[in-house]
Order: sequence, then structure tokens, then C-alpha cells
Amino acid sequence: MEQSEELIPHLFRTEYTKLTAVLTKIFGLEHIEIAEDISSDTFLLASETWGIKGLPENPVAWLYTVAKNKAKDYLKRNTLFEQKIMPHMQYSTSEIPEFDIDLSEQNITDCQLQMMFAICHPSISSEAQISLSLRVLCGFGIDEIATAFLTNKEVINKRLFRAKEKLREEQVKIEFPNPSAIEERLDVVLRTLYLLFNEGYYSSGKDVTLRKDVCLEAMRLTNLLLENKSTNKPAVNALISLMCFHASRFEARININGETILYQDQNENLWNTELILQGQYFLNHASVGNKLSKYHLEAGIAYWHTLKQDTDEKWESILQLYNKLLQLEYSPMAALNRTYALSKANGKKEAIIEAEKLNLSNNHLYHALLGNLYTGIDTDIARSHYQAALKLTKSKADKMVIDRNISNLDTI
Amino acid sequence: MKEFLFVFRNDYQSVPKGSPEEMQAETKQWMDWIGGIAAQNKLVDRGNRLGSEGNTLKPGNVITDGPFMEIKEAIGGYTLIKAESLEEATEIAKGCPIFQSGGSVEVRVINPL
Repeated sequence: MEQSEELIPHLFRTEYTKLTAVLTKIFGLEHIEIAEDISSDTFLLASETWGIKGLPENPVAWLYTVAKNKAKDYLKRNTLFEQKIMPHMQYSTSEIPEFDIDLSEQNITDCQLQMMFAICHPSISSEAQISLSLRVLCGFGIDEIATAFLTNKEVINKRLFRAKEKLREEQVKIEFPNPSAIEERLDVVLRTLYLLFNEGYYSSGKDVTLRKDVCLEAMRLTNLLLENKSTNKPAVNALISLMCFHASRFEARININGETILYQDQNENLWNTELILQGQYFLNHASVGNKLSKYHLEAGIAYWHTLKQDTDEKWESILQLYNKLLQLEYSPMAALNRTYALSKANGKKEAIIEAEKLNLSNNHLYHALLGNLYTGIDTDIARSHYQAALKLTKSKADKMVIDRNISNLDTI
Repeated sequence: MKEFLFVFRNDYQSVPKGSPEEMQAETKQWMDWIGGIAAQNKLVDRGNRLGSEGNTLKPGNVITDGPFMEIKEAIGGYTLIKAESLEEATEIAKGCPIFQSGGSVEVRVINPL
């Protein structure tokens, strides 16, 4: 029994998403709730039955058989069967239509990929895309999604409901986009996967295991794109490379209390060299074609951060990558990081002049940056910026870091 | 915010060709300057450099070759930025590395059609 208690949550995530993708493909995206219900019912039955009788020999096969039967029962009971499925079966030679549900590896992967494109439809907001991805593609519970977004279940339920409504209105189908539209649609998918990863990586949520799981799921979904010929594009390789480089610091960047350890304070022996090598491998594979995506540039920046040693070449390269990144797409975070790189490459004086032009005085990181830049140049100004940063931030971890910087000022 | 065009002019014939290191240092200055504008979220389009080949057409089907690279004030490139005022745009243009080699930046407000 203990065994099944551990196994079910794990199986739930992986198999729930597979069943839901395949069944939604059959029922149509407008009936996604039916697919979700059947998957949930299957797991409910599993936890009841396995709790009493013990684990079956092959739990996955058991789940698939039950899900298939439940789906068939549903179809037989429901008019949906006659209206939607029957017409396709008119060429069937058997007298009793025996509807088969294809749960082969290949079909599962195809359905999941198509589901990814459907969920990452441009008609719904990226916030909704991420929530739907976490639920439908990653199999996270509503509680977990609410925790990840630092909000409550009602908000997430509402968001999921509205997103599904919108997809219904837009009559989004579970299918591969046309080859001519694939690049454009892939852009949206990549953006969602990127944000999904960041949600786990940069969230201030306390549940470290959950945050890591979100990142790993984003990587798993990106890998699905790599395994398919039509979606194995340079930008996808660049994105997974970026994720590998970031993920290599999982163990080093958060302590056991869930507090962030700053890059310069990390124990680099905890960096995962295997993931760093994978990141390099994918970055090489990303370096074909003539389209430079922001993932290429960010992967390049992340690569240089895997070399702990400060060199002129490192910071000059990072600065130039940020210069290019900002030309592609502005973000306050990139502007601040670029200015930090500028201080490392060109010196603090130049960086202070540039920082003061950024017009980000509502951002606590802006003041934290200026506090850093003025340290060793003008202690009073450094202190007043750190204090402004302290006022603006809500995050406990950030407050601790700023406090430490202020007390370091006194020792200068 | 209004958009402004920066037109870069220089006497490209007499600008001394530097060593590879000097060329690289100059490229870096341009990249850092443009990156700095982008970091303020004021870059609209980095623009491009212009090649030395070209034609000028005049009334009566008169075609003269060249954008006259030999003249002192040849256009070498352009960039589009956005700023609150001509004053602000001019301030941004002051950081352009072209002045070190004697070139100029013409700052023009864009009036959308």
C-alpha cells in the first residue's frame, strides 16, 4: 500500500497528461473537460483499487485499459458518438463498431505536441497559456498551480475556465499547424515554454521541489519539440540550451530554506556539469540558419555564466550579447543586467551614467544596481539607493541580500 | 514619444583605416552606444550602414552614379530612435562615436504620414 501511495502521484502527472491529450484529440478540444474527467476517474479508481488489492503487475497498462473502457462507455452512452465518431467509422468492416483508442508511444507524443500548439494559441493570454500548460500538459493539480503563481485555487479555476471557453469560441483544433504557419505558431509555443521555465526558476514560492518540477516539465515539453523533425528548429535548440545552463545551478542557487543564493556566492562544485555539457551541445546545434532568436542570445549569456572565473572576455561577451538582446526586445531586467555587465566590462563610472538614464526608479533592482555601482565610489549615495530598494521590495530573500549589502558598506 | 531619424555623415575617404584592433574598438563603441539607447527602451530600429555604390536620379532621366562618397558629408548610415523632444534626441545623439573621427549626426523629427 505504501508503495502505491508513492507511485500514484508520480504516475498521475505523467500518465494523466498522456491520457488527456489522446482523449481530447478524439473528443475534440471543445470537449476537453470530458477527457479530463475520464483521466481523473481512471486515477480515482486506481487509487481505490490498488489501495485494496495492491499494485497491478503493469500499472500503466492497467490505467490505459481502464481509461479506454471508460472512454468507450462514454462514447456509447453519448450522442457525441453518433454525431462525431460514427461518421468516420462508416467504412469499418466489422459489424459492431469496435472503436480503438491508440495509446501507442508515437500517438501519445503526437497528441501532446498538437495539444501544445492548441494551448499556445495566440487568442489567449500567456498567463492563461501557462496555467493551461501546467494543468493539461504537465498534470499539475489546481493547488500546485495556485502555489506556483502565488495565488488561490479560485483564481486558477476561473482562469482555466475562461481560457477553455476562448479556445472553444475560436474553434481551435488539436492538430499540427500548417507547415507555412509553423514558425509563427512555434514562436508562441517557445515563449510559453520559456515563461513556464521562468515561473519555476524565478518564482519566490517556498515550495522548492514544486518549482524544480515546473522547470523540469518545461524542459520535457521542449524536448518533445526537439524529437519531432518539423519542430526541431534552431530556436528550440537554443531554448533547451538556455534551460540546461540555468538548470545546472539548481542545487547551488537555493538553500534548504528556499532562499536564493546569489551567483557570486554559489558553490560551483554544486553546478551540474552534465547539464552544462548538454547546454553546450544544444547551443552548437542552435548555431545554424540565419535567424538569431532571443533564446540564442540568452543561451549565450547563460553559457558565459557557467564560467565562474571573471575575465575581460567573459564580461565583454556578456555585454555585447545584452546589447543585441535589447535591440531584439526590451525588458527592464535585460536593461539592468546589461548595465551591470557594462560596469564589469567598461567600469563603474560609465555604468553609473548609463544606469541613471534607465528611468526605472520604481524597480527595486534598479536601486540595488545603483547601490552596487556606487559602492566604493560614494558610500552615502550607495546607502540611499539600497534603502530605496529595501522600501520597494516585498521579497524576504531580496531584503536579506540588500541588508547584507548595507552592512558591508560600513566595513568599507 | 516622437520618433527621430539619426543620419550619420562622415568624410569616409579621409577617415584613416585603423588596425584590426582599432576597428574592433570602434565597433564596440557603436554597439555600446546603440545598446545604451536600447536599454532606455528608446531604440526603434537600429538601422543599417549604407554601401558606397549607388545612383542618383534627376529630372530628364539623368542618372549620376554614386552617392558621392568623395564628398565630405556622405551619408554612411542611419538609426531610428524615440524621444520626448528634439532636445532629448539631440542629447542621445551626443554619445555617438562618429564625432571621434570628425563625422556628424543629423537629428530629424519624423512626422508620420
